[in-house]
Amino acid sequence: MSAPQRFLERLPARSSDEPSWIAARRQAGAARFEAVGFPTRRDEEWKYTDVRRIAEGDFGLAIHADYDRARFDEQRLALDDAHRLVFVDGRFSAELSELDSLPNGASVEPLSRAIDQDAEAIGGALGRLAGVDFSPFTALSTAFADEGAVIRLAPGTAVEKPIYVVMLSRANDVPVMSHPRMLIMAGANSEATVIEHYYGEAEAANFTNVVTEVLLDRGAIIDHYKLQEASLNDLHVASIHVDQTRDSRFNSFNLNLGGALVRNDLVADLNAEGAETTYNGLFFVQGRQHVDNHTLVNHNAPRTFSNENYKGILDDRAHGVFNGKVYVKRDAQQIEAYQNNANLLLSDRAEIDTKPELVIYADDVKCSHGATTGQLDEEAVYGLRTRGIDEAMARALLTLAFAGEVMEQVKLHVIAERVERAVAGRLPERFNLADLVETAEAVQEV
Amino acid sequence: MLEVKNLHVTVEGKPILKGLDLTVNAGEVHAIMGPNGAGKSTLSAVIAGKDGYEVTEGSILFEGQDVLEMEIEERARAGLLLGFQYPIEIPGVKNIYLLKAALNAARAARGEGEIPAPEFMKLVREKSAEMKMDPSFLQRAVNEGFSGGEKKRNEILQMLVLQPKLAMLDEIDSGLDIDAMKVVAQGVNSLRNADRAILLVTHYQRLLNHIEPDRVHVLVDGRIAKSGDKSLALELESRGYDWVVEESAA
Ligand SMILES: Nc1ncnc2c1ncn2[C@@H]1O[C@H](COP(=O)(O)OP(=O)(O)OP(=O)(O)O)[C@@H](O)[C@H]1O
Ligand SMILES: [Mg+2]
Repeated sequence: MSAPQRFLERLPARSSDEPSWIAARRQAGAARFEAVGFPTRRDEEWKYTDVRRIAEGDFGLAIHADYDRARFDEQRLALDDAHRLVFVDGRFSAELSELDSLPNGASVEPLSRAIDQDAEAIGGALGRLAGVDFSPFTALSTAFADEGAVIRLAPGTAVEKPIYVVMLSRANDVPVMSHPRMLIMAGANSEATVIEHYYGEAEAANFTNVVTEVLLDRGAIIDHYKLQEASLNDLHVASIHVDQTRDSRFNSFNLNLGGALVRNDLVADLNAEGAETTYNGLFFVQGRQHVDNHTLVNHNAPRTFSNENYKGILDDRAHGVFNGKVYVKRDAQQIEAYQNNANLLLSDRAEIDTKPELVIYADDVKCSHGATTGQLDEEAVYGLRTRGIDEAMARALLTLAFAGEVMEQVKLHVIAERVERAVAGRLPERFNLADLVETAEAVQEV
Repeated sequence: MLEVKNLHVTVEGKPILKGLDLTVNAGEVHAIMGPNGAGKSTLSAVIAGKDGYEVTEGSILFEGQDVLEMEIEERARAGLLLGFQYPIEIPGVKNIYLLKAALNAARAARGEGEIPAPEFMKLVREKSAEMKMDPSFLQRAVNEGFSGGEKKRNEILQMLVLQPKLAMLDEIDSGLDIDAMKVVAQGVNSLRNADRAILLVTHYQRLLNHIEPDRVHVLVDGRIAKSGDKSLALELESRGYDWVVEESAA
């Protein structure tokens, strides 16, 4: 049996009264996946990322969504004021979710319910941006699509509290896979902050294959945070697809700390004037972690704007990939597109492959891109040591500072703090950098 | 407190210090003057432990300890701090981070616990005010984008927070406007007491009008060519260095 067949064997039996559109879509996904199979490194888009660990794996499907409540509360973001939707190995957990106080005009629900009850509303949207031909993983996702989060905002709706989607990964006896979908439909001039948070038990060794689709109508604003803190054995593949109309804004924070093998694709289509997208990215990898970020901005209309800043910190024998494409369509004038990628190598065995690509078919554009890779500034290490700070601490401070530039853009305090602590906390505990972070915050507040 | 004996230092094989002797006692302020390239910054860099300097002969003792055997950070924790002629920029590291980490490192070395956050905040605010530095500087990366004068004030701010036993200040007066000079001098003077010593490297009498030295040394070609009291600085100001060079050659 081929690898694709082995994965598709796991497709659950579906009830016959499911809407036919979803059945047809799943079938198309399965057919496509079976035809193309897993990507290999001969494929240009996968040149630096070997997915054999996924392809050769044997993953079941979770059968329940039990997760220790105390552990959940201890690990989650301290966002008591959030609208919360929780999935455990891809299965919806009503117990851990919390959706009481949503304002009028906003709906947040699990995909399984939306398929049942609101087929008409989501049928046209699900899979519209993430076609089965985007990658073998979107095809695979489509074949399995039955759960995830559907977020809909009626025109003019502003959701003040963040919408917090948690995807937990358990240490199962047998590794499992999940194919959650995120569907965000933001009506004209609506506004919300959405968080996707991946974490779980330290021993978890599962495969998560998530697809996020974001449709922004005129003037809609979405802040999207992806905080990936999966276990160091988890395999994680994600794609985020964004469709933007006039004057809409999408701010992405793609923060990756966990996972053994991680691939993120980000695609934003700026389809009408005034659309603006910002990509902020940070990853911190150690050991033999592998993180691959592929980003694409399509400037399909004049007067559209993009700004991208991705940073990577790599230690030990970790491997990072950054591939950032900016595409300006013929005669899409008055474009501004900026891209920056900086990487910090803490070990000489760590490796980064970085490739910015600008493809421009218009003349009235302001574009810039830059990529730097370096080590810590030894003069700065010396400067800190002359003040009595030991060498390891000096390096930790400089590393935190490197991450700090992206983190300063993070508007959600709990996330900024979490990531700073994660970066600092990976370094030996006695440095107590977390305490330093706190002091800086306290001084700011006075 | 500081005893430098027959110090010979080479940089990339080239002799820079050639048998330098210097003794600084607690409670004293010493000024080191001398022509460009004489080795003044080299002396302070070697004491602070900068890479790239080879000590081929001689010794440096600080409170009886062999400085050359100590790590860079140990020297600082023992109370030996250098204010740089060209302060180092530390990308992205906020001033407040540096100050707290440095202060706690020194406290830990003395067997004291970490400074409580409110106490620390009070301290840095007070000291910033003394240096006439806006508190916003605390949130900025160390010396990044600071003007020349701001960098120098920031060096003194670090001294005021860390309270070294021996502060070595290399051309702390260069690049300062007249008012900043006074602020910096006041800061340095506030460090003076019977248990501490200060070593000033300067080219100008101006600074010494504000910070009165007990001893003045002229460093020429890698050695102390002449020492005297504060009147020597005035004499140098009017006569230049040539006569010292000739006298020492004779
Ligand atoms: N890395 C180096 N490589 C080669 N020569 C060096 C190096 N560092 C210092 N020197 C030389 O050592 C000598 C002493 O330099 P130093 O900076 O100590 O002088 P200084 O007395 O502080 O001068 P100034 O008054 O101009 O600051 C100079 O001739 C300088 O060029
Ligand atoms: Mg000098």
